Amino acid sequence: MAHIRVPDGLPGILGPMAVSPGSTKALRELVEVLLRGPNTLTSAERELIATYVSSQNDCCFCQLSHGAAAAEHLGGNYELVDRVKSNYATAEISEKLKALLAIAGKAQKGGKHVTTEDVERARTLGATDKEIHDTVLIAAAFCMFNRYVDGLGTWQPTGSLAYREMGQTMAHIGYVRPASDRPVAAA
Amino acid sequence: MAHIQLPEGLPGIRGPLVFSPATTGPLCELVEVLLRAPNTLTSAEREMIATYVSSQNDCYYCQTCHGSTAAQHLGGSPADHELIGQMKLDCEAAPLSDKMRALLAIAGKVQKGGKRVKAEDVERARSHGASDEEIHDTVLIAAAFCMFNRYVDGLDTEERDPAWGFVPAL
Repeated sequence: MAHIRVPDGLPGILGPMAVSPGSTKALRELVEVLLRGPNTLTSAERELIATYVSSQNDCCFCQLSHGAAAAEHLGGNYELVDRVKSNYATAEISEKLKALLAIAGKAQKGGKHVTTEDVERARTLGATDKEIHDTVLIAAAFCMFNRYVDGLGTWQPTGSLAYREMGQTMAHIGYVRPASDRPVAAA
Repeated sequence: MAHIQLPEGLPGIRGPLVFSPATTGPLCELVEVLLRAPNTLTSAEREMIATYVSSQNDCYYCQTCHGSTAAQHLGGSPADHELIGQMKLDCEAAPLSDKMRALLAIAGKVQKGGKRVKAEDVERARSHGASDEEIHDTVLIAAAFCMFNRYVDGLDTEERDPAWGFVPAL
C-alpha cells in the first residue's frame, strides 16, 4: 500500500500523478521533451540513459518501464537493455553512448561527481554540448522521478507483460496523452 | 568554467535554462506549481523544504537562492534568515512546527533515496496534522530538488557571486 491514498490499480508513478494534476502536466511535458523531443540522440539512447539511472537508483518501476520503452525503440531488443543495466561498458552500444552513460552515472551519485575528464571523454567521442546537457538533465530528472515513485511507496507490478505494454505506449504514443491511463492487472 | 558553453554572467541554473528553452518551459512550470501555487503549505514552508534538500545535496546556488526566498516569504528580517540557517544546520532542533519538522524529516529521507521513506516517517507527519496532499508535495519537492541540484552542479555552473545573494533563483 502506498504511503498516501492513490487510486487503486495504477502502477508506479501513475498513482501519485492521478492525485496531483498541476505538477503532473509539467512532469509529463518535461519527460516528453527529454525523451521524445527532436534531438541528435535517438529516443532509444535517451531511454537507455533513463533506464540506467533508474537501475542505479534501484527503482523497479522506472527501470522496467523505461527499459521496455528503450527496447521497443530498438525493435524489441530487451537483451541489449539488460546488458546496459548490468555492464554498459561491454554492451553493443557506441563509445559515445558509453561516455554519456558514465556522465549519467556520476550525476546519479551527485552533480559534483561529474568531472571535466568525464565531459572531455564524451566530447572526444563526438558528443555535443547539447547532448552533454541533455544527458545530465535526463539523469537528474530520473533522480527525481525515481524518488517520487519510491518515496511514496507506490504499487509496482512484478510481471514483465505489464511493462512491455507500458513501454509500447511510452515509445510509440508518448508521455503527454489524455486521461488514457487505466488500471493494470496485478499479475 | 562550466562543463559546456553557457551564456556568460548567468549564475547557477540560469545558464542552462537559457541554453535549453525547450526543457525550461516545463521546469519553470513545475517549480512554480510546487513552490508558489495555492497549497495548505505556505510558500515559505515549501521553499524551506527545497532549501533543506539543496543543502543536504551541497548545492550552493539552490540552497542560497531558495533559502533567501524562504526568508523573504517569512518577512525578510535578520531573524528569518537566521531561522533558515538553523534549519539547514539541524532541522530537528530549529524552532519550527512539529508538522514542519516531520515533513523535513521525510524530505531528508527522499534526498538519500526514495526507499528510505518509511511508514513511520509518514505516520509521524500525519500525527502532527499533515494531509496526504502535503506529504505528496513534500516528497515531490524533495525529489524535484534532487533534480535541480544535479542539473546545476552536474554542469558545473558558476557557483557564487555575492551580487545574487538575495535574488530569487528563476
